[in-house]
Amino acid sequence: MTDLPPPSRVKMGLVIDLDTCVGCHACAVACKEWNAGGFSAPLTDEQPYGKDPTGVWFNRVHSFEVAATDFATPATDPGAARDALTQSTSALTSTSTPPRACGSRDSIAAELAQPAMTLPALTLHFPRSCLHCEEPACVTVCPTGASYKRAQDGIVLVDEAKCIGCKLCSWACPYGAREYSELEGVMKKCTLCIDRIYNENLAEAEREPACVQACPTRARHFGDLGDPESKVSRLVAARGGVDLMPELGYKPVNQYLPPRPRRAGAATQPADVRHADAPDASAETLDAAALPPVLRWLDRVLSR
Amino acid sequence: MHPAFSVIVFTTLSGAGYGLVVWLAAWILGAALAPLTRLQTLSAGGDATLTLLTALLLAAVALTAIGLLSSLFHLGKPLRAWRAFSQWRTSWLSREGMVAVATWLPALGLAALMTTAVGGGDTDIARLLTWAPPLAAALLVLSLLTVVCTAMIYASLKPIPAWRHRLVVPGYLVLSLQTGLALLAAALAVALATAGPSAGHGTIHYLAAAVALLSIVAVLLKLAYWRDIDIAGLPASRGSAVGLPGREVSVFERPHTQGNYLTREMGFVVARKHARTLRVIAMLLFGAAPVLGAVLAWMFPAAVPGVMPLTAVAALLGGGCSSPRRGTWSRCTTDIGATVAGATGLIGYLIG
Repeated sequence: MTDLPPPSRVKMGLVIDLDTCVGCHACAVACKEWNAGGFSAPLTDEQPYGKDPTGVWFNRVHSFEVAATDFATPATDPGAARDALTQSTSALTSTSTPPRACGSRDSIAAELAQPAMTLPALTLHFPRSCLHCEEPACVTVCPTGASYKRAQDGIVLVDEAKCIGCKLCSWACPYGAREYSELEGVMKKCTLCIDRIYNENLAEAEREPACVQACPTRARHFGDLGDPESKVSRLVAARGGVDLMPELGYKPVNQYLPPRPRRAGAATQPADVRHADAPDASAETLDAAALPPVLRWLDRVLSR
Repeated sequence: MHPAFSVIVFTTLSGAGYGLVVWLAAWILGAALAPLTRLQTLSAGGDATLTLLTALLLAAVALTAIGLLSSLFHLGKPLRAWRAFSQWRTSWLSREGMVAVATWLPALGLAALMTTAVGGGDTDIARLLTWAPPLAAALLVLSLLTVVCTAMIYASLKPIPAWRHRLVVPGYLVLSLQTGLALLAAALAVALATAGPSAGHGTIHYLAAAVALLSIVAVLLKLAYWRDIDIAGLPASRGSAVGLPGREVSVFERPHTQGNYLTREMGFVVARKHARTLRVIAMLLFGAAPVLGAVLAWMFPAAVPGVMPLTAVAALLGGGCSSPRRGTWSRCTTDIGATVAGATGLIGYLIG
């Protein structure tokens, strides 16, 4: 039924860390392999060894170049702005603020009040798959009821027995999550590995989507985003996770963690601090009493 | 698809078909609400008019049926198409299917009543006169609703600026009424030509003028629509699409090495490249041709049976050329590198 179910308490989804993703495509390949069997199988591959292979993928990884900017606000991870690597950046500002272990979303207003900082260019690797939105247009436009959102956990799926392949859902989705399989005549999309996450034949630790398991940099996380105490929700709160294109109003459940601000390279800093790109030596303290005797003697000798 | 020829055929044919139904329903409504003798205005006897009306109504239903059936060709699983009627609560596509088929019921009912009234007795004619007003009114409303539902399938999609425009629904209605009237004028011109060299030419002149008027309205509407979508921005920025609103993002590496459904379905390369030409052709066909046809009809009455059908064909082709599914994607490709078809900034990167 393409009526949306009442909002569920449980909102299963992914959290994708754009800071640690290196664009290796392990998630894309793992997804493709897992879905050779199971709920949405087979993921179509046409002419895989031929001249012009084409196929359906649920998860695709883009790479972008993000231009440098003189940003008026950090607008990104409030916690990361306080780590040791960016001490030199804060040294450029007229006011210094004490470091904090981690920020929270409530401190964004405080962040926005900080003076300007330069955000250097960066390479952004961007995995894109279905965001399992809370108000998915792909579900309501479906004329047959094949596209549905599960009431118990909010996962959006395609019932391939009902789908007529009219492709309207792929036009309704602004995230490009839906692909049509010419061979099978139905629409395909990320299933959030519904055949893994509740699968009693798998070990408890493996009951997560294939893409999350495969990621070598732990850039993908899976959990209940409707539970504020879950691991993923806390991660989102700590890192300032965002919706993609929230202005469209589909309320995506998957969250993306923005890259932490990079320290600008030496060439982009003013000349007077160029020689001191390491944390200011005078800020470090040495507790001589905690050192082994030999080093204590060495420190005494070298300090003369 | 890319773009689905069958969907364009469907939109044009069934749009014209439902437009024709609207005019026929209006004609029947007007005639039935007046004394019976008014039905005899167009030809020698009322029977001939009723036969003509019945034939036209059935032809219109057939046109819409052909249109709907042809749209099944774009489906992956056409045999399951019956399921598409089930989600009328949420889906405009489903609603369109229901209303489209519902329109056939009063149409077929009227056709049956008119057939029995031909050469029939007073009771048959009385029954026709009793039932014609409500059936024709229902027919009128349902046909218009069908066209509105068809337009809403596109207009309801938020991410696509060219479809999410306030002129899309009016555009569908105007083009449907215009092509429907053009078909009616053509059919009447041919039918009356067989009745005699001078029969009913006055009426055809006025119909041709009405088609020309609707064509001018259609042209103005389309020009305003094209101007708007050419300058319109996208509903979301590229930076917002990757979670970094305000940042300038450009493609470094695409997520695919080969073409796939997204690049084939949503990159209307030919239409983009020739957008201007397609628009000009469309305007000549559905704008200039009907006006020219009207002028010719007034100046050369004898040519009317030839001119009106040509005008109708031109209007249909022009409507197809300018259908929102083709030829209007002239969104400049410079800054994104691809037209954003379905997914504002996001899918555009695939092609970028």
